[in-house]
Amino acid sequence: MIRYLGGRILQAVLVLLGVTFVTFFLLYVLPADPARQIAGRSATPESVQNIREQLGLDKSFFEQFFTYLGNLLQGDLGRSYIQKTDVSELVSSRLAPTLLLMVAAIGLELMIGIFVGVLAARRKGKTTDNVIMGTSFVAVSTPQFIAAILFLFVFAITLEWLPIGGYGTPQHLILPALTLGVLGAGWYGRMVRSSMIEALNQDYARTARAKGASERRIVWVHAFRNAGLPLVALIGIDIGIFMGGIVIVESVFGWPGIGQLAWQAIQRIDIPVIMGVTLIAAIAIVLGNLLADLLAPLIDPRVKLKGGKNR
Amino acid sequence: MTVVRELLKKKLIIAAIIIIALIAFVALLADIVAPHDPNKQYFEGLTIEGAPLAPNSEFLMGTDLLGRDLLSRIIHGARTSLIIGLIANGVAVTLGAFVGLLAGFLRGKTGAILMRMTDLMMAFPALLLAITLAAIFEPSLIIVALVIAMVNWVQVARVVYTQTVSLTERDFIQASHSLGATNGRILRRHLLPHVVPTLLVYGTLGVATTVLLEATLSFLGIGVRPPTPSWGNIIFENQTYFVTAPWLVFFPAAAILLLAVSFNLLGDGLRDVLDPTQRGRKS
Repeated sequence: MIRYLGGRILQAVLVLLGVTFVTFFLLYVLPADPARQIAGRSATPESVQNIREQLGLDKSFFEQFFTYLGNLLQGDLGRSYIQKTDVSELVSSRLAPTLLLMVAAIGLELMIGIFVGVLAARRKGKTTDNVIMGTSFVAVSTPQFIAAILFLFVFAITLEWLPIGGYGTPQHLILPALTLGVLGAGWYGRMVRSSMIEALNQDYARTARAKGASERRIVWVHAFRNAGLPLVALIGIDIGIFMGGIVIVESVFGWPGIGQLAWQAIQRIDIPVIMGVTLIAAIAIVLGNLLADLLAPLIDPRVKLKGGKNR
Repeated sequence: MTVVRELLKKKLIIAAIIIIALIAFVALLADIVAPHDPNKQYFEGLTIEGAPLAPNSEFLMGTDLLGRDLLSRIIHGARTSLIIGLIANGVAVTLGAFVGLLAGFLRGKTGAILMRMTDLMMAFPALLLAITLAAIFEPSLIIVALVIAMVNWVQVARVVYTQTVSLTERDFIQASHSLGATNGRILRRHLLPHVVPTLLVYGTLGVATTVLLEATLSFLGIGVRPPTPSWGNIIFENQTYFVTAPWLVFFPAAAILLLAVSFNLLGDGLRDVLDPTQRGRKS
């Protein structure tokens, strides 16, 4: 177990190092000049050059990269070009809203997904099943911004039940969480349905039925406990996706999370912030996968950890 | 041919094929089919106050914020979506197949390095990467397509890799080796044909992802540049009007959904037909 964990962590560190390098390289070679961006339109070439030297942007690529890496190892993510604050401070001030939205969204995905997935599996081939599967097909084919606009139009503008955007009260959380939760539930529902159908066809389900167990007991105690496993992997993937990219939903609803920070930084080519957010997201993706792999054997003892291999 | 016959057994898939064919047809003949010039700002296309017109007999889907015909813009937008879908997936599938086949066939050091590269790509926040790249480059059709391809090829490479590894263990590949076939010949004549169904499935599903990603990028204003119409940038341009003129958002949104759902349905159907091991699990 410890050897397995050690191997996985070493691998994770290498992957993160790679992500750092590639992102840094991409931002270095791309045709965007942060010094000019900071200096403004009317700046003289001298002042642009000055800013470039101040930020160390005149140094060679490897010099810049190793300076960044050295700082990173000391927990220093650098300073924002635009906001003149430490990136770590900016990111941590945005962490709570994103985590809150993420937990709410995953909670909704699980609730809706399990409910409709189990229902569809039990009514397999009937109208209920077809309607649920059709709806989840549409859900997974809907881009987030369209669902967000639709919810805004219906609940905030037409019915005026909920605020248009912002952060602070539970009402503000409902629409962003609903957007992510309803669309994501499409994946969860499809997954639950197919693994439930398989579980309900297994011998142990038939045995339980033959012994006179109630349908409710067969579904939840016997089948679902075995069929719930793929959900852990989905949650792991979701953690990674949400930490790096609730960009759309956060900007539509003015939710002050990491995604909004990322989008603002990208628009102004604020390289230290883009780097910081990308790194946080990559860490979340790696941790999400690792967590899912570690939890799987705890939930289902039949699953064995495989030596150090990623997926 | 049996594949086609199997596919045509399902009504939903027939519907999806018809919708895709219709959209492709409309996109191809956009100049003839569109009732108006998509970029012409009609004087009579705005109310006296300068607001967009609701759907009427002259402008079937109404007009946008500049008095242009929405239907014509959506028809021309279909062309944008399909061009990007084809280029992005062409590149993604080709690159993914190349890397996957090579890594699975050669294994050893080269294979390990190639597959670690996909590990790295999987750890990238895909949407963030796409947005960063699209925002920094001068956005154009090709750039948007390439950005999407950058994000999409990884999955293809991984699936093809797994398949190739198991294929190389099979007798017919060993036999070709002992008969003196070159590596290139084995790759092209013996391995490639076996992964074509996979490529077809992922290519089809990929078009759906691409349509969604293009719309998302354009919605953020970093995708296809106006005045070239794309379904995403129509929504982006008109979002300020969406309270008073909701059709400006709903029609392009419906178009995006229709195309994405159709390609997802077709891709799923293809997978069921081409990969019998998946069949039991799906329905």
